[in-house]
Amino acid sequence: MGLLSKKDSKLILDPLADNNPITIQVLGICSALAITAQLKASIVMSISVLFVLGLGNVVISLIRNIIPSKIRIIVQLTVVAALVIIVDLVLKAFAYELSKELSVFVGLIITNCIIMGRFEAFALGNGPWRSFLDGIGNALGYGIILIIVGFFRELLGSGTLLGFQVLGDPIDKTGVYAFGYENNGFMLLSPMALIVVGLIIWVQRSRNKALIEDH
Amino acid sequence: MEKRTEKNSYTVFFAIIMVVIVGALLAFTASALKERIAENKRIEKQQNILYAMGVNENEGNKANFVSKDKVGESFKKYITNQFVIQQGNESPDDQAYLIDIKKEQESAKNGNVRRLPLFIGEKDEKKFYIAPIRGKGLWDAIWAYIAMDENMVVQGAYFDHKGETPGLGANIKERFFMDDFIGEHLMSNGTFKGITVSKSNGDPKNDDKTDNEVDAIAGATITGDGVTAMIRNELKLYVPYFKNLKN
Repeated sequence: MGLLSKKDSKLILDPLADNNPITIQVLGICSALAITAQLKASIVMSISVLFVLGLGNVVISLIRNIIPSKIRIIVQLTVVAALVIIVDLVLKAFAYELSKELSVFVGLIITNCIIMGRFEAFALGNGPWRSFLDGIGNALGYGIILIIVGFFRELLGSGTLLGFQVLGDPIDKTGVYAFGYENNGFMLLSPMALIVVGLIIWVQRSRNKALIEDH
Repeated sequence: MEKRTEKNSYTVFFAIIMVVIVGALLAFTASALKERIAENKRIEKQQNILYAMGVNENEGNKANFVSKDKVGESFKKYITNQFVIQQGNESPDDQAYLIDIKKEQESAKNGNVRRLPLFIGEKDEKKFYIAPIRGKGLWDAIWAYIAMDENMVVQGAYFDHKGETPGLGANIKERFFMDDFIGEHLMSNGTFKGITVSKSNGDPKNDDKTDNEVDAIAGATITGDGVTAMIRNELKLYVPYFKNLKN
């Protein structure tokens, strides 16, 4: 990363692994469970959060010195909600099909705790550029987990990836279905998302023992 | 010393200014984009109606509408008649496709007589009767355009939803679900039965078209039940029209 100083690139790279918002900070779990039944939905949600978190962090960082601390959470919420509504309206006017795809995601972004978490923990105390990088980093860290979970849930639950039947046709019994393989419908339900996230956490912590907290 | 931003008066002042700025910004954006959004919705309705009667650009297992720039022309070409049924009387209305079903349902609840829009389409010398219907899914509204022949046998369907779960209930707008309805009978031995989205159908390839059942989507029970209820409650209202048609 020649463009960024070491400290700045850490802002982007840290949340990807050792300080991942989902697996380490355990934030944003609700949306990770709700929308990862399909890979495409995971990707769309990741991009939406990337946009809102990057922009929101900059806005909060710019006004950080004039926000009254007593109502800062309300201010943060207002900023996210306003950004999300504007994005939604612009999409509806200029990219209607995409806005239909997004449907519930847009609403879910407002309640995503990662966004409030980064506003509170980072943007309130740092400049706009660093806040922007932090937002992008965290959104990417969130997105990676979403995409991993979405990949496994769609593959094992529906036998498809991005809607393509990669394992063959379950009704005509082609591909792996010819050998008696069945889709696991349980993968489509939220509990399996939690279990997949749990497995990722397990793998991550067994590879890097420093991440294990002692209680 | 107390910081300036800690004062109560400052907090109130800040909140007021923030609300005014954000409110103005949102109101401005909404009104600036209002017309474009309304136009998009109008085009979408035309695309939905055409989709139901089989005028679409489907590729593989993906549902594609006729393109935006062609839709106005196709709509004029294929939709030959639009009218509103009210208490058994039909009155022609070439804006019938813009009728808000939600408002009609609400006004019917208040004791008014419901206006039922119906669109007649013609393609390859075949007549389609397309009805817009609306119901409830798991999280929010679901709606559909059902194209039928004069015997109330489904010729095509387009389902859509406002906020069903992606990957589960949201799959009602996927072809594998919508195409199952094609050829399915709404009537059974002369009485209206509707189409049940059934978990115990035992007919995944949907070979039996007269069982009034299609295969449900795994993990989307409530959305499926919503589709069943929507079809039953809404299309039932059109039965007298179809009965009349035969006499």
